[in-house]
Amino acid sequence: MIDLGKYAGTVLAAYGISVLLLVGLVWHSIAANTRARRALEKQEGRKDA
Amino acid sequence: MSIWEYANPVKFMRTSGAILPFAVAGAVVCTVGGVVWGFLTPDDFRQGSTVKIVFLHVPAAMMAINIWVMMLVASLIWLIRRHHVSALAAKAAAPIGAVMTLIALATGAIWGQPMWGTWWEWDPRLTSFLILLLFYLGYIALWASVEDVDSAADLTGVLCLVGSVFALLSRYAVLFWNQGLHQGASLSVQSGERMSAIYRYPLYLSMLGFLLLFVALVLIRTRTEIRRRRLAALQAREMRA
Repeated sequence: MIDLGKYAGTVLAAYGISVLLLVGLVWHSIAANTRARRALEKQEGRKDA
Repeated sequence: MSIWEYANPVKFMRTSGAILPFAVAGAVVCTVGGVVWGFLTPDDFRQGSTVKIVFLHVPAAMMAINIWVMMLVASLIWLIRRHHVSALAAKAAAPIGAVMTLIALATGAIWGQPMWGTWWEWDPRLTSFLILLLFYLGYIALWASVEDVDSAADLTGVLCLVGSVFALLSRYAVLFWNQGLHQGASLSVQSGERMSAIYRYPLYLSMLGFLLLFVALVLIRTRTEIRRRRLAALQAREMRA
């Protein structure tokens, strides 16, 4: 285990917030893209029908 | 073949679809590799383990400024040549830039508390970064508040030009005003390397990772915007029929 010494809370808080924000951004980007792709496929399916 | 061919949405979707898997793989390998490598580096003799924050703080700050520059270029292409993909790429980049600015500010505040004895100081670089974040939020809000896509692209394009002053100010604030708490550049071509190789190489990897992460995310988000625009066009056509 890595010993972060007296600044353990500081380092872990910085990493925790950054990872949380980055994962949230990636998740939001992928989810929005999936929603848009499905909606477009559905609309194009209606157009072709 | 001209670069303007990529302004065609069909061509952009095809090309970005081919590039995306490589950008995603590169982003994952470099970001995770750089950050984990950075986390495992030894403590600095002055800053202790807080030095590990540099592997998130510097790449995020670098991207916060450069994403606005990318948005500026894309906005200028829209304003001059009226290519829709460039306007949508600028729109797609803004939330990524806002998150990068937020990470830079948050990690800076957390780092500043033990090192400077304060979470926040109205220092030139910190203040210009806060204004940059407000510009990002204003830019996103402006896109959301204007219904017509072309009008929204025009207005946000102008806002992007104005905000570029603060993006540049964020980069050079330390040089303009010397009284701030924030130090100068840790990595500089002109003044040579000021950072030990133990920290420099994982930092380079992390910076490359953040850059590739931006490329992957901006491609995904631009593809989303193109699909939304196509969907809106199909729905409008259906309503008219």
